[in-house]
Amino acid sequence: MPKDFSSNAPIYVQIMNEVKLKIVSGGWEPGQRLQSVRELAVEFSVNPNTMQRALSELERDGLLYTERTAGRYVSQDKTKISKARDEMAEEYTDSYYNSMIRLGYGKEDIVGIVSGKSGIKRRKENEQVNRD
Amino acid sequence: MSRLIEINSLQKRYGAKTVLENISLSFESGTIAGILGPNGSGKTSIMKILAGIIKDYDGEVLIDGSAPNEYTKSIVSYLPEKTYLAEGNKAKYALDFFEDFYTDFDRSKAEEMFRQFKLDPEQKIKSMSKGMQEKVQLILVMSRKTKVYLLDEPLGGLDPASRKAMLDIILNNYSEDAVVLLSTHLISDVERIFDRIIMVGDKKIIVDDSVDNIRQSTGKSVEELFEEVFKC
Repeated sequence: MPKDFSSNAPIYVQIMNEVKLKIVSGGWEPGQRLQSVRELAVEFSVNPNTMQRALSELERDGLLYTERTAGRYVSQDKTKISKARDEMAEEYTDSYYNSMIRLGYGKEDIVGIVSGKSGIKRRKENEQVNRD
Repeated sequence: MSRLIEINSLQKRYGAKTVLENISLSFESGTIAGILGPNGSGKTSIMKILAGIIKDYDGEVLIDGSAPNEYTKSIVSYLPEKTYLAEGNKAKYALDFFEDFYTDFDRSKAEEMFRQFKLDPEQKIKSMSKGMQEKVQLILVMSRKTKVYLLDEPLGGLDPASRKAMLDIILNNYSEDAVVLLSTHLISDVERIFDRIIMVGDKKIIVDDSVDNIRQSTGKSVEELFEEVFKC
């Protein structure tokens, strides 16, 4: 099922995020061979050129690589993948944090809400919050 | 990549009324382009000229190097806005007809899509719903393996789920070195399958850009831009 794309960001950027999510979450495993551009375009319901562009950008970022003639694969570099995961986590955290601030919550409230939800140690939460 | 469609200084009048004025456009192979514009903006006229149905126009129109003629008709798969299937016949006869008429028609592919969309070739066209008829027509047109696909409002009568299925038919079946031109006013559902958008209005081309350029430079979706450009 395709995702609904938000209106203001280029579609290729949104596909990049979807694909990144698959890679960093392990949905697509390191070294796994990707389907063809055409098949992925159908899966995501987007233009094949748009799909191609998203994959090329991810290749530039090192999350994908192409073997001459054999196809395109997920990177086997686990450090790189875990770094990409951290970056995404940071983006999500920023966005959550900023939304909560806009809603009028303070840092303490946010920490309380998150630790109540996930049971993550409060110390870790504080680190995250302080970094912002 | 080769230039499959070239239009230079195209002008079209119906009597005293000019609908297209000095239009110039070209399309490379491997493109899916959306032709968008309000009612009466000349979208269908452009399609009909490319399909070789309207012949009295001024300017130059070339498809794979030739002005619309018998050859270009053989490489253009055209889905008209209005239905043209013989209503009294079974869908099967439309398959026979396409098979007789077009050497590039892949009947087994069409039959497979009939099954996929639960369409019965034994059913008469007139007893099918509007949505089913539209599906039959799009399947027929997309089962030709050709260079140019002209789809004039292929999604009008369909519910959102069927629209998605139709987009999949288009993405799955067009030849990769082909040009697909699709006119529609249901922009939000389909903008993701276009790599290029042409907005036609007031006889002219108002916007000609890629979807992602539009989003990047305006911060708007194609639909939002359309509403802004053609505000009543």
